[in-house]
Amino acid sequence: MSFMRGIYFAHRWSRPKNMNTLRITPLRSLLAACLALLATVSAFAQAAAPAAATPPPPPAPTLEQRIAGLEAYIGNGDPSAALKDAKGNIPAGLTTPSVNVAGPGHNAWMMTSAALVLFMTLPGLALFYGGLVRTKNVLSVMAQCLGLAGLVTILWWAFGYSLVFGKSFNSPFLGGSEFFFMKGVDSAPNTDYAFWVSQNVFSMYQMMFAIITPALIVGAIAERMKFSAVILFMTAWMFLVYFPLAHMVWGVTGFMNGVWNAGATIKAIDFAGGTVVHMSSGWSALILCMIVGKRLGFGKTPMPPHSLVLCMVGTGMLWVGWYGFNAGSAVAADGVAANAFTTTTLATGAAAFTWALLEYIVRKKASVLGFCSGVVAGLVVVTPACGFIDTTSAMWVGILAGAIPFFAVTKLKAMLGYDDALDTFGVHAVGGTLGAFLTGIFATPAVNANLSTNLKDVVGKTLWLEQVKAIGLTLILSVVATVIIAYVIKAVIGLRPTVEAEQEGLDLSDHGEEGYIYESKS
Amino acid sequence: MKLIIAIIKPFKLEEVKTALAEVGVEGMTVTEVKGFGRQKGHTEIYRGSEYTVDFLPKVKIEIAVTDDAVGKAIDAIVASAKTGKIGDGKVFVLPLEGVVRIRTDERGDAAI
Repeated sequence: MSFMRGIYFAHRWSRPKNMNTLRITPLRSLLAACLALLATVSAFAQAAAPAAATPPPPPAPTLEQRIAGLEAYIGNGDPSAALKDAKGNIPAGLTTPSVNVAGPGHNAWMMTSAALVLFMTLPGLALFYGGLVRTKNVLSVMAQCLGLAGLVTILWWAFGYSLVFGKSFNSPFLGGSEFFFMKGVDSAPNTDYAFWVSQNVFSMYQMMFAIITPALIVGAIAERMKFSAVILFMTAWMFLVYFPLAHMVWGVTGFMNGVWNAGATIKAIDFAGGTVVHMSSGWSALILCMIVGKRLGFGKTPMPPHSLVLCMVGTGMLWVGWYGFNAGSAVAADGVAANAFTTTTLATGAAAFTWALLEYIVRKKASVLGFCSGVVAGLVVVTPACGFIDTTSAMWVGILAGAIPFFAVTKLKAMLGYDDALDTFGVHAVGGTLGAFLTGIFATPAVNANLSTNLKDVVGKTLWLEQVKAIGLTLILSVVATVIIAYVIKAVIGLRPTVEAEQEGLDLSDHGEEGYIYESKS
Repeated sequence: MKLIIAIIKPFKLEEVKTALAEVGVEGMTVTEVKGFGRQKGHTEIYRGSEYTVDFLPKVKIEIAVTDDAVGKAIDAIVASAKTGKIGDGKVFVLPLEGVVRIRTDERGDAAI
C-alpha cells in the first residue's frame, strides 16, 4: 500500500506541465514491471502459505450431533454427549455451537433466581427482623444485613466461590484455589455443576446463599451485639463453617454430596440448603446467643415487636424470594425446578395455616406473627426436600413444619431460658434439622431421576441414616466453630456494646442514626 | 377562674367538644395520654412471650373557664363522656391564678 502511495506522490511531484497525458518513459516502464512482478510473487506466496502453516480443518459435527446438542438444552443434558466416540472421548476439535455456552432459558431463570435470593436478604430479612426488634434497634438489623451483603461479596469473589465449588485441593472438605479472585469464571458453564448456566451466573447465585446464611444468625443476637463484632465474627464463620460445609454438601468432591459425588463418605442429600444454610446458622445462632448473653432487662422489660407491619411485608418478600432459593437450586429451568416450585408452595401454605390453627387452639387467637412464623417455618423445612419429594409429601412436610417449630419457639425457649431474640434457633435450627430428616424419609426418584445415579441403593432404604449423619456433622461443625470464634473475638474486641450504648439503642451507638424521626406539624 | 382537666376515653372526644361548645366553651387543649384507674389493661402474646399492657390510651382535655361557667362545663363533660362502663375517666378542677391572651394582652376573665 505504501509502495503505491510512494509511486503516486513521486508522480505528482514530478508531473509534467501537461497534466492530462501520462508519458511512457523508460523509468516508468521499469517501475511498472517491478510492480507487476511484486504482485505476482505475493499472490503465489499467499496461495502457497496455507499448505505450510494452517492445521487441518476441525472435524464437522453431523446434523444428528447438532440436533442432539439442542435436545440436550431442552432436557438439561450434556450437549457434548453425542460427540463422544465408543470409548467416551471426543475427537480433537469436534464441537457444536451448543457446547460450552449457556442456554438462554436456563441462564435467564438462574439470573432471576439470584436476584430473588438477594431480595430475600435485602429487604426481605431486613424487614422481617427489623419489624421484630424495638424501634431503637431497627437500623442495626438493617445495617447488619447490608454489611454482610458487602462483606460476603468480597469474600466470595476472593476465596469463597473457589473454596466451595473448586476441586484443585482434591479434598472432600474444601474445594480448591483454581477460582480464587474468580479467575477463569466467565460466561461458559462449569459442567461439574451445570451444562446450561454460565459459571459466573452460578457463582453469583451461590453468593446470595452465602450472604443470607450469616444474616440469619443476626436474629439470635439482635439488639446486643456490636456491629464490629458481628462483621469480624461472620468473616471467621464463613471460612470455618460455611465454605467447608457448602463444599461438603454441594461441591463435586464433597464429603456429604450423595447425589453427585459417587465417592462421598456420607451419602446425604440437601436440595437447597437445609443443612448448609438453616442448620448451620440456626445452631450457631443458639451457641452465639448463649455466649453473648441476654439483652439488658430481658424477662422484666417488655420487648414486643415494634412493627408487625414491617415483619409481615418482609415475610411476603421472603416467600416470593424463596422460589429463587428452592426452585433455583435445580440450576436449570426444568422439571426438577418445577417440582421444587410446587412443593415449596404447598408446604409453606400448609405450615402457615397449621401454625395459626395451633395458636387459635392454644390461645384462642391466630396472630399475624404466628402466620408469618408459620410461613418461614414451612419454607425452612421444605428447603432441603423440595426438589426430591412429591406433592403429597410436601403437604405432610408443611403440617409438621407448622407444628414442631411452633412448640420449639413457644415452649422450648421459655423452658431453657436463652434469649434467642428473633427465634433463629427455634425456626431455622429446629426447622432445618427436621427438614433434613424428613428429606431422608420422603425423597423419591420419581420426581428427581438424579437420585438414581449414585443413590439407587440408598434412597428409600438407609437414606434417613445418612441424613442423620449429615445432621450430626453439621451440628458439631457449627457449634464447635462458633464457640471458638466467639470466645476469640470476645477476648480481642468484645462482643457486646457498653450498657449505655445498648440502652440508647444500637442505631445511635453503632450507626449514629435514628430509624424514625417524626416531626410534629408546625 | 378555674382550669378543668378531664381524662376521657379517646372516642368520646368529638362528643365532649360539641357539648362544651353548646355551653359556650370554645377553646381547649387536647393531649393523647395513657393511664389506668380501675380499668384493667390487656395481654399481648408474641410467639409465646406474654406481655401485660397496663396502660390504656386516653385523651386529656384542658379548658380554662370563668367561675360562673364551671358547673355547666363539668356537667357537659360528664354527660357527653359517660358510657357507664369502667374507664370513663375523671374530671379535675384546679384554681387558676391568671390568664393572658397573647394577641391582645387582655388579662383575667376577659382573656378566657
